[in-house]
Amino acid sequence: MHGELEPLCAQVRQAYEAKRPLRIRGGGSKSFLVCSVAPEVLDLRLYTGIVEYEPSELVVTVRAGTLLITLERLLEENGQMLAFEPPHLGLQATVGGMVAAGLSGPRRMAQGAVRDFVLGVRMIDGQGRDLSFGGRVIKNVAGFDVSRLMVGAWGALGVLTEVTLKVIPRASSQLTLEWSLSEAQALQRMNEWAGQPWPITASSYFQGRLRVRLEGPRKALESAAVHLGGKEVLEGKGWWMGLREQQLDFFMTPKPIWRMAVRPTTGPLGLSGQTLVEWGGGLRWVACDHGHAQVHAMAREAGGHAQQWHGGDPARPFPEPPAGALLDLHRNLKKVFDPAGILNPGLPGFLEG
Amino acid sequence: MDKSEIPSELEIGQALRQWLPESAILTTPESKRPYETDGLSAYRQMPHVVVLPATEKEVQAVLRYCHAQCIPVVARGAGTGLSGGALPHERGVLLSLARLRNIVQVDPLARTVRVQPGVRNLAITQAVDAHGLYYAPDPSSQIACSIGGNVAENSGGVHCLKYGLTLHNILRLRVLTMTGEVVEIGSEAPDSAGFDFMALLTGSEGLLAIVTEVTVKVIPKPRVSKVIMASFDTVEQAGDAVARMIAAGIIPAGLEMMDSLATRAAEDFVHAGYPVEAAAVLLCESDGMPEVVEDELARMKTILEENGATELRVARDEAERLRFWAGRKAAFPAVGRLAPDYYCIDGTIPRRRLGEVLRRIADWSLEYGLEVANVFHAGDGNLHPLILYDAGIPGQFHKTEELAGRILELCVEVGGTITGEHGVGVEKINQMCVQFGEDEIAVFHGIKAAFDPEGLLNPGKAIPTLQRCAEGGRMHVHHNQLPHPELSRF
Repeated sequence: MHGELEPLCAQVRQAYEAKRPLRIRGGGSKSFLVCSVAPEVLDLRLYTGIVEYEPSELVVTVRAGTLLITLERLLEENGQMLAFEPPHLGLQATVGGMVAAGLSGPRRMAQGAVRDFVLGVRMIDGQGRDLSFGGRVIKNVAGFDVSRLMVGAWGALGVLTEVTLKVIPRASSQLTLEWSLSEAQALQRMNEWAGQPWPITASSYFQGRLRVRLEGPRKALESAAVHLGGKEVLEGKGWWMGLREQQLDFFMTPKPIWRMAVRPTTGPLGLSGQTLVEWGGGLRWVACDHGHAQVHAMAREAGGHAQQWHGGDPARPFPEPPAGALLDLHRNLKKVFDPAGILNPGLPGFLEG
Repeated sequence: MDKSEIPSELEIGQALRQWLPESAILTTPESKRPYETDGLSAYRQMPHVVVLPATEKEVQAVLRYCHAQCIPVVARGAGTGLSGGALPHERGVLLSLARLRNIVQVDPLARTVRVQPGVRNLAITQAVDAHGLYYAPDPSSQIACSIGGNVAENSGGVHCLKYGLTLHNILRLRVLTMTGEVVEIGSEAPDSAGFDFMALLTGSEGLLAIVTEVTVKVIPKPRVSKVIMASFDTVEQAGDAVARMIAAGIIPAGLEMMDSLATRAAEDFVHAGYPVEAAAVLLCESDGMPEVVEDELARMKTILEENGATELRVARDEAERLRFWAGRKAAFPAVGRLAPDYYCIDGTIPRRRLGEVLRRIADWSLEYGLEVANVFHAGDGNLHPLILYDAGIPGQFHKTEELAGRILELCVEVGGTITGEHGVGVEKINQMCVQFGEDEIAVFHGIKAAFDPEGLLNPGKAIPTLQRCAEGGRMHVHHNQLPHPELSRF
């Protein structure tokens, strides 16, 4: 196994010595969104395979270049799944890229995000060293939590080569319910229900319709449906898949699309243009022509942040620097993991300032 | 740096009185005595000065002063930690955060609670109880332990297989760096741009920053909770039942195991009605909607019976359910009554190795002539072997530490970790050299320096110096030389 890792380490070591920037490449499925401009590519696509999988442990260790679809099929054969339903955004999406991007799908509010399920990583740092952090057990507090620090860092702190994930059992059945409501009513309801013990695993609001997915034993779903009301959506599975993979008509608009992560109780944002709400109100997709400054300010006011999803600059996806000392801490950390600044330079977008 | 370079107790006290009331500064031996140890009482060190600030501004003033004077700072919450993380520094200021105990804001609709670090874990649940909500992580010490300490240790509890650790249940932190700068990390939104500082700070054992405010997530109380108590003739059978249950797709709300020594001790202590003749007892909880619980309980019972359970008892009512859990939660003090001292271990292993690891521990227990009681979070493979010893017998503590070290090494050998939830502190610092290589430890030092370049926050804890690893080689060699203030700083 080490034999195949060594060329990758060697490439990083040489790049470090020559101070030559590298662009880390997985499947490229999210490069429309985030992509460093470095000319030399470090390609992870051949570094594939399931390293260890023991269903009774609810834990799987996978090489970073493994296709996400391969991992998901394996889990499905064993009645398990990735809890956070990661968006692939392309058939070629890799497990390493999924972790580096840290993007979660419809189940995020019910079960947690990618970072909540990462137990360990093996990675190459900016000096070409092969490092391991975390482990293969669910509870582990030895050393700083470097594994989870890698999630959503878009490769700026290291090249992921192996990841260990906690997985969950698949639910036995699902049911999607729908109500016609105003956006304000829908947001209120999403938040109220999230504070009650219903088996809700996804929610959305679009074009006047609140949709909620319930999962668990059939009898429990029927009982919950009696209390919650609404009408059953027969094509529910297709809806949630379309939402996860962004294949709904909403995402086809020529207008810029913004992803706004906000405090879930925030009322309707009132931006002109279409809005699609997910995650119990915590995620708002907005297709609009408003200026950057206005959208960022609005997201900040709602306790969150905004990212231009379509039509942004993949080389600088997060241009808004964090406040005060937090920016310095980002820069200090980058230097610890990548002293020569060769790994995915420019990401996440505000380090060079 | 030797002690002569640090200002005296009186000088520090006098300087700090510019910003803190007199009652918040302790300099006399009698007043400092209660702070010389935390929950790991085998290690003791009198602090140089103890400060008890009541506001963030006061904490800031202490940090700025200590930074300027190069005085080490050790943060302390409720002092219930089990790895010596709050063991004072001989030349340092012990910074107690116990007086920052306001619940700042409760937002039932958003299901968040904003609290100061000294607020007790259970007080959060009590604050939202009327809204049908609760704070999920429930360490056994939840009556006393503080949320700030929980963040420092990434504490777990008996429900974390289903509901996660502290890390999974907090949204935002407000912290002060060693220079006294305020940093806000995380958010009430589902994610933030930039690096995941929440992950890095949680479980960082007071080495990176001082927490002054925590926003936690609270979740709806389940409609129904039921617990099954299952008895087994062998520990291996109980271990197998655990693995089968998880493989069958059940995530119990709690899944705890006690061996016969622990069961008998707990029964004597709380009279929970435990089966004292069983070799192992499993407590297995299901919660959720009534239909979910009914379905899960039936499947759990089948699996337990198939794996040789000799008796199954479902708690008949809420009072009995709480009694079953009371025994488990009191297991440490109950075992503590069996011998003058006990030593608690916290390794985590892959569940499928449970039977084998417990057998090895039993063999070593005989070899060392030290009784070991096993109480643990079976669902997530987190072992808590309790070694019984008598510190009054010369050499017995040393033998105990050696046995503990071997057990932790075994945990690493079978693919686990030296600490599941109690932290490294001073206690497991040598075993860090077994679990991590030199390069990883160098990265940990780099992270420490990124926050605290002078190495003033909780020096000598959690991350061993490379020199220590090189000299110690394998752990227990240097255990007998551990009067902790001499630990080198980084």
